[in-house]
Amino acid sequence: MKANVLDLPEKEYLLAGNRGCAGCGLSLAYRHILKALEGKALVTVTAGCLTVIQGMYPLTSVQVPSVNTPFASVGSAASGLVAGLRALRRKDLIVLAFAGDGATCDMGIQALSGAADRATDFIYICDDNEGYMNTGTQRSSSTPFGAITSTTPVRGNMRFAKDMPKIMEDHNIPYVCTTSSSYPLDLYEKMRKAKDIKGTRYVHLYTPCPPGWRFPTAQTVRVGKLAVETAMVVLYEVRDGVFRLTGPSKKMAEEGKTRPVTDYLRLQGRFAKLTEQDERRIQDWATRRWQGYLERDSRSKAAASDVDAQEPSEG
Amino acid sequence: MAVRLCRVQVASAYPITPQSPVSETLARLVESGELATEFVDVESEHSAMAVVSASSLVGARSFTATSSQGLAYMHEMLHWTAGARLPVVMACVNRAVGAPWSILNDQQDSISQRDTGWMQMYARDNQEILDTIIQAFKIAESVYVPVMVCYDGFVLSHTNMPVDIPSQADVDAFLPPYKPQYVIDAADPRTYNAVTLANPRRDASGLMRQGYMEFRQQLHEALESAHDRIKQVDQEFAAVFGRSHGGMAWGYSLDDAEIAMVTMGSLGMEATVAVDRLRQRGCKAGVLGIRAFRPFPKGEVIELLRSAKTAVVFEKDISYGSEGAVCSELKAALYGSQARIPVHGYIVGLGGRDVKARELEAVVEGLTGAGAMDGRQNGKPRWLSLG
Ligand SMILES: Cc1ncc(C[n+]2csc(CCOP(=O)(O)OP(=O)(O)O)c2C)c(N)n1
Ligand code: SF4
Repeated sequence: MKANVLDLPEKEYLLAGNRGCAGCGLSLAYRHILKALEGKALVTVTAGCLTVIQGMYPLTSVQVPSVNTPFASVGSAASGLVAGLRALRRKDLIVLAFAGDGATCDMGIQALSGAADRATDFIYICDDNEGYMNTGTQRSSSTPFGAITSTTPVRGNMRFAKDMPKIMEDHNIPYVCTTSSSYPLDLYEKMRKAKDIKGTRYVHLYTPCPPGWRFPTAQTVRVGKLAVETAMVVLYEVRDGVFRLTGPSKKMAEEGKTRPVTDYLRLQGRFAKLTEQDERRIQDWATRRWQGYLERDSRSKAAASDVDAQEPSEG
Repeated sequence: MAVRLCRVQVASAYPITPQSPVSETLARLVESGELATEFVDVESEHSAMAVVSASSLVGARSFTATSSQGLAYMHEMLHWTAGARLPVVMACVNRAVGAPWSILNDQQDSISQRDTGWMQMYARDNQEILDTIIQAFKIAESVYVPVMVCYDGFVLSHTNMPVDIPSQADVDAFLPPYKPQYVIDAADPRTYNAVTLANPRRDASGLMRQGYMEFRQQLHEALESAHDRIKQVDQEFAAVFGRSHGGMAWGYSLDDAEIAMVTMGSLGMEATVAVDRLRQRGCKAGVLGIRAFRPFPKGEVIELLRSAKTAVVFEKDISYGSEGAVCSELKAALYGSQARIPVHGYIVGLGGRDVKARELEAVVEGLTGAGAMDGRQNGKPRWLSLG
């Protein structure tokens, strides 16, 4: 079911004039996520930019019930909300856990892993702005190689990012996907799909961040698109273990086209100190990963056509 | 048992000695269908507390249990749960905290969580554990402050004694269903536990709302108000079930006692035995048992010690570099009252070291003899039966 702009509900659940920075990819995405759930969500949010976007007591920018919880506990708080709603036999709300890449890939990974292990019935969104932005752009284990952060200020981050969606796939949960705030319809479609699945659904959401990545606020959507077009970020979903490329990444696979990573890197101040060799390493990393995804995608297609071939013909 | 009687709706726990029998029993009863509770088998104590905190916020009566390292691991969530004013009840099976490792009993674990905003109640025996958990829900849910029901690991957790189990109908009548402060409602969306600023601030309708400090003061006042509530609930309990556990604090043979042994938890039983024997030898001793450590029974302590000329505290915790926590509390309670009595502090039974009634008697006799008023009350804590 391809969504188009006209499908989006008009009602806004995230109010304008909130505390997000100008050009924040996360606010843009959050707006569409809440639309996809039509406001029928009980959100739990860990410490991070979204806490601030949601506002300072007694004001709030969000029009769904939302429960803040400490940094490491969003997976377990979600389990508690689900258990509480079940105990009260309430079926009116979907539990939506929201955490940054720091809270997901670092401190909160234990609680998230536990929640997935228990097959907790909820949607988990990791908003990946590739660093601890709320506390001033420190490195997280999701920060890309070469990026300057306030804790890798001189040479840039010398480690490649952890593959969090892959880790979640290995929890054997029914739905894992990657998406990006630069493709709101892709995000919307995936949220609509996730909404109707039972069990733990993990959504890895890329959210470009102008102050943290050092690019002009008007470039958020462009930077996010270039991430995908250069295969630095790949959009896919894994439904019951079956992998498939989606949206723009699928199109790139069909056309056999990717752009050089330089197109993406050079727009951002955080990559200003990359050497040529660094850039080559990043290009190699991206190419290797892209190849891996292409292979997985074609394996899935082959498996699907095998099944079709075995299907008894009607008549 | 208490969980079933209280109709707990969500429970979550992570195993740790000596709490493990609680986790195992809960899991078994839920799995076998004997208990209609949502049980969440978490991967850590931090998560256990996050689960019950969230389920309590949704409006489900919630329970957990832990010990020692597990309680320490929960620390962040303890503050959070009390700060969010969620009436969770937790059993804390008291155990020493490492390093070095010890799985045996003392009360250092719960004492270390003194300032998290939780109420703390200590039980003397197995009957009191059951009764206190039932009371704890009623107390917690009326003032919206969580309660930790503490009892000594192994001493009580792994011993059996005949316990009178109240009937479900009586408990239902005593403990009405939990009414949360807010009902989660998509039509009336609220943001819970939001960032709060230093100063009060106006909401969208122009009404002035609390800053962080007002929230803290409200939590403090809630604990203060719990003082009367704890006593009242114990009295109501006695009216229905015929047993009172003393409310905030209990006394034994204190009416004419010249020396009071001050204890918390199961040590009160040993002290009671010691007092009986001391009395046979003509020594006018009594026991003051602290049942609620937070809020602290300031008034009760002064009242119960009115005839005592000396108080000696035996406790299973130490505030390093100072003295036992109960000793400090007692001195603070007595300060400014008419009772200018010396207070002696003894650290006992850490890491499971056996405490014998005989040793307590010897201390008391030593203090009632010549030189009892040697001013040691301002001195260092003494350590009983050190090797
Ligand atoms: C136990 C604990 N340690 C540290 C912090 C401080 N802290 C708050 S938000 C944050 C980083 C958030 O980063 P991320 O999860 O990536 O979210 P973002 O701010 O980027 O949205 C940190 C380190 C905390 N709140 N709790
Ligand atoms: S720091 Fe980045 S992620 Fe955070 S609010 Fe600003 S733009 Fe959004």
